[in-house]
Amino acid sequence: MLGKLDWSAIPFDQPIPLVAGAVVLVAIFGVLAWVAVKGHLPYLWHEWITSVDHKRIGVMYILLASVMLLRGGSDAIMMRIQQAVAYQSQGYLPPEHYNQIFSAHGTIMIFFVAMPFVIGLMNLVVPLQLGVRDVAFPTLNSVGFWLTATGALLVNISLVVGEFARTGWLAFPPLSELSYSPGVGVDYYAWSLQISGVGTLVAGINLVTTVLKLRTRGMNYLRMPMFCWTTLASNLLIVAAFPILTATLAMLLLDRYLGFHFFTNEAGGNVMMFMNLIWAWGHPEVYILVLPAFGIFSEVVSTFSGKALFGYRSMVLATMAICVISFMVWLHHFFTMGAGPNVNAIFGIASMIIAVPTGVKIYNWLFTMYGGRIRFATPMLWSVGFMVTFIIGGLTGVLVAVPPADFMLHNSMFLVAHFHNVIIGGVLFGAFAGFEYWFPKAFGFRLDERWGKAAFWFTFTGFYVTFMPLYIVGMLGMTRRMQHYDVAAWRPWMIIAALGMAVLTMGVICQIVQLVVSIRNREALRDRTGDPWDGRSLEWATSSPPPVFNFAFHPDVRGEDAYWDMKVHARQQSFEHDVPEYQDIEMPRNSPTGFVCAFFATIMGFALIWHIWWMVILGGIGAFATFVVFAWRDHDEYVIPAAEVAAIDRVNIEERRSLVSMAGAV
Amino acid sequence: MAMTATVGHAHADPHHIGVVIEHPGPAPKRIVTAYGFWVFLLSDIVMFSCFFAAYAVLSGQTAGGPKGAEIFEQRNVAIETVCLLLSSFTCGMASIAADVRNRFWFYLGMSVTCVLGLIFLVIEFREFADLVGRGYGPSRSAFLTAFFSLVGCHGLHVSAGVLWLLTMMAQVFAKGFRADVLRRMMCFALFWHALDIIWVGVFSVVYLLGGAP
Ligand code: HEM
Ligand SMILES: [Cu+2]
Repeated sequence: MLGKLDWSAIPFDQPIPLVAGAVVLVAIFGVLAWVAVKGHLPYLWHEWITSVDHKRIGVMYILLASVMLLRGGSDAIMMRIQQAVAYQSQGYLPPEHYNQIFSAHGTIMIFFVAMPFVIGLMNLVVPLQLGVRDVAFPTLNSVGFWLTATGALLVNISLVVGEFARTGWLAFPPLSELSYSPGVGVDYYAWSLQISGVGTLVAGINLVTTVLKLRTRGMNYLRMPMFCWTTLASNLLIVAAFPILTATLAMLLLDRYLGFHFFTNEAGGNVMMFMNLIWAWGHPEVYILVLPAFGIFSEVVSTFSGKALFGYRSMVLATMAICVISFMVWLHHFFTMGAGPNVNAIFGIASMIIAVPTGVKIYNWLFTMYGGRIRFATPMLWSVGFMVTFIIGGLTGVLVAVPPADFMLHNSMFLVAHFHNVIIGGVLFGAFAGFEYWFPKAFGFRLDERWGKAAFWFTFTGFYVTFMPLYIVGMLGMTRRMQHYDVAAWRPWMIIAALGMAVLTMGVICQIVQLVVSIRNREALRDRTGDPWDGRSLEWATSSPPPVFNFAFHPDVRGEDAYWDMKVHARQQSFEHDVPEYQDIEMPRNSPTGFVCAFFATIMGFALIWHIWWMVILGGIGAFATFVVFAWRDHDEYVIPAAEVAAIDRVNIEERRSLVSMAGAV
Repeated sequence: MAMTATVGHAHADPHHIGVVIEHPGPAPKRIVTAYGFWVFLLSDIVMFSCFFAAYAVLSGQTAGGPKGAEIFEQRNVAIETVCLLLSSFTCGMASIAADVRNRFWFYLGMSVTCVLGLIFLVIEFREFADLVGRGYGPSRSAFLTAFFSLVGCHGLHVSAGVLWLLTMMAQVFAKGFRADVLRRMMCFALFWHALDIIWVGVFSVVYLLGGAP
């Protein structure tokens, strides 16, 4: 009746996951109870859970990412402590538990922190920057978000019910095959990625279509803000790469569930095929993550330097070049596996070529800052911090792209240091910069600058103290994923790294405090103009937070830096304009489809993991029924009458007029 | 935004390249939907290409089991192919019927498409059942693994297509040729034709190349 599920699935003998799970459960039920008692449930349901507004969905993505960052971060803390104390001893974690932790850490950080964070920012901002009312497929957007949440939920369930994979975040066979990993850990891994992968693909299709087909009047390709370009590139990569992940995991699952032989040692299966497939997805994946971050830095650097982006066209070219080349280098992840010197050389060179467009970008940012009037607000700090840090990460990347060097550094702590260098210094810094930069747009008030700067400095220093020692122990021969070790020379560095982790944690705490303080002081931090940073692109042309329909009119774009141009002209012409003729606006109706669909997906995923077949069928039928019900509805849009649009827009225009006249007086 | 209403087109050509093609604004819904679905189909094709690649890698790994030439029956495959190609034609008929709002021809076209799809599925299912019965199931060898997965993945798509097809007929029955129903119909037609294209790939790579002794 319950497949493989029984009481032994709950690790009563292991205090750490049980306590952690209990705390999380108490927290969740506490929040739920509070919400229910306060009577917020209808509000949550109508305004958020069933919302198909791209801004709301973007915010929910970011919320999910932030919560999961805490989860993945606590895994990181546990690992750092373990490696600091596990010199000539077992440390405090049992080995199989340590293996689950690094697997969960990597999986969570990549799929449920970095991905939702960048997708959330893209969702929130791109339609605004393009001057349109929503993404191409609003309901599908909600489905995509909730499926991602399903994946995250399944990973967290594994904490208490059953176990997580012990295979690392890419689950290489044959270790991940049934014969070596008979438990449910790999199944948790594969099904949560399978489900959230569908969500990601949906988001990718949505954003590609939005950028290519929905731009406002006059928004030619070469007038799009840089963030829209990198969004396009990143989502093209999603559409091209995520199906590979889906196929690869499907093959692994077929091996595990039905005794197929894709990657087994027996009957002619081929493990190297897994390597090729997973990295054909995996390498583009890191660019899926970092390209949007590059876009964010471009926006931030030009806004806070008060200058147009230097070399806009070369930036576009570099973005698209990275997009293409990132598909041609995957083999550098297994130089050591015997492809032969010629193949290795070709892929090594191809990998190094990516440094060229990336370098172009760095120079463009520097030249944008050169001669500009720079304001070091928090988003700008993250951007400058990124430039310094990412250069180090990029250089060590070129280093490991040299096959002979890689033979020494492969699977060492040097590698761990390198990819954290680019992923924290690139993606995470970018996500934080974007968070600080667009927060006022999403919520109508700014974040506290003092705490924001403190968060930056703690994170920045903490990052260096944590990860520079890892380069050193890597060179001293320490391999990754070690539960304990006997080499005295490594020990001091591991202790320093653990201290660095403490500093990093301070950074996270500062960010939480920043949020709390800012919410408390929101009246003082209120942004009435909709343009708190003196921005250049269209998202600043509407109020903060924007009305559901974003723009009363589709803006008419006449050049790069659309909103900047508008401001300049408005100042020169003391803001004359015709009294506009407002029209009714049709907006998509809210829909529980996404939530219901994810509900069934969760049931189905859980049932598949535990081989509860009747529940699988139930979940499948439920999911299909949801779509049919959705397809059956008669009114998928509602109308906002012109008078209402006018009333909302007039407030916005008044605020803006005062802003411009003020700026004109200065 | 209204505030630009008085601004002239001075900035229309910021790069002085001489060609100014003004973007007209958001595309109509029909175009957007079809475009998005196209993008989905492309991604689906990427997924298929992984299974094609796996088949190419594993097709020689018979582990002492049968080779392709020993188990493929060209006659069945020929019938399957004819069914699928014909069904694309009838699906096209149904699309045209939907465009001109002709219910009779729409139902007829869709029904024939459905029947042809089902014949295809039955033949495929019998082929699979027969192989498994002879002990040549997917776990026999890596070659059979790849074969069953690639062909089966296409078969699953056809099954999903049949389910979708029936839903479309029910929708037209209940809602008539409404704009959103027509958009879905357009996507369905794209999907069905794409399956045809993929089948041509399966047919050539698996059955023609693999069937040659
Ligand atoms: C916040 C500070 C972080 C610390 C202290 C940290 C620490 C670690 C450690 C100790 C490992 C394991 C190395 C080993 O197994 O020997 C690891 C692995 C990993 N981390 Fe982090 N990490 C952090 C943040 C992140 C972030 C933000 C990401 C991605 C967005 C990330 C992605 C990964 C991945 C993919 C792995 C590989 C897991 C595996 O071995 O399979 N980490 N991290
Ligand atoms: Cu790579």
